Amino acid sequence: MSGKTVTRADLSEAVYQEVGLSRNESAELVESVLDEISQNLVNGENVKISSFGSFIVRSKDGRIGRNPKTGEEVPIEPRRVLVFRPSQVLKTRVSSRR
Amino acid sequence: MIKSELISRLVEANPHLYQRDVERIVNTIFEEITNALAAGNRVELRGFGAFSVKHRPSRIGRNPRTGDTVDVPEKFVPYFKTGKDLRERLNKK
Repeated sequence: MSGKTVTRADLSEAVYQEVGLSRNESAELVESVLDEISQNLVNGENVKISSFGSFIVRSKDGRIGRNPKTGEEVPIEPRRVLVFRPSQVLKTRVSSRR
Repeated sequence: MIKSELISRLVEANPHLYQRDVERIVNTIFEEITNALAAGNRVELRGFGAFSVKHRPSRIGRNPRTGDTVDVPEKFVPYFKTGKDLRERLNKK
């Protein structure tokens, strides 16, 4: 897509501009938000942010996979994956960008 | 966990901050991500994951009930790919 990639630094800067905290503390708060969300997901709890979207943990059964290059069978262990379901608000904002 | 619970936990962990400020912080973060995606930009949060926008080209769809063809216009959809650290943490005991 277009040029810029937004990172933690940009989120911290936005928080710094919005609330009267130091740059350091703004960065720590951004980190705390991500940590808190991650910890809930690791504990198996879904996280729903209204008007943004939901982070959902799904459990996948093990299955026999195949290396597509060699044709060799490889076992795929049961695992947990994270899926993000964007809210209607986010979908609308993103799709109407042109 | 929903957004209000996220805010309560952050308020507990940061007793020197007003709840009102924590609310603004959390909202600012998600607004910033939304604005970036709405502008077609990518958001990369190492260890957590990356948000990007995927293009779905226009296509000829079909109404499954009637079989009529319908033009489905192109669209842009938000996409999230889980970061390496978080993916590993989800599967570690």
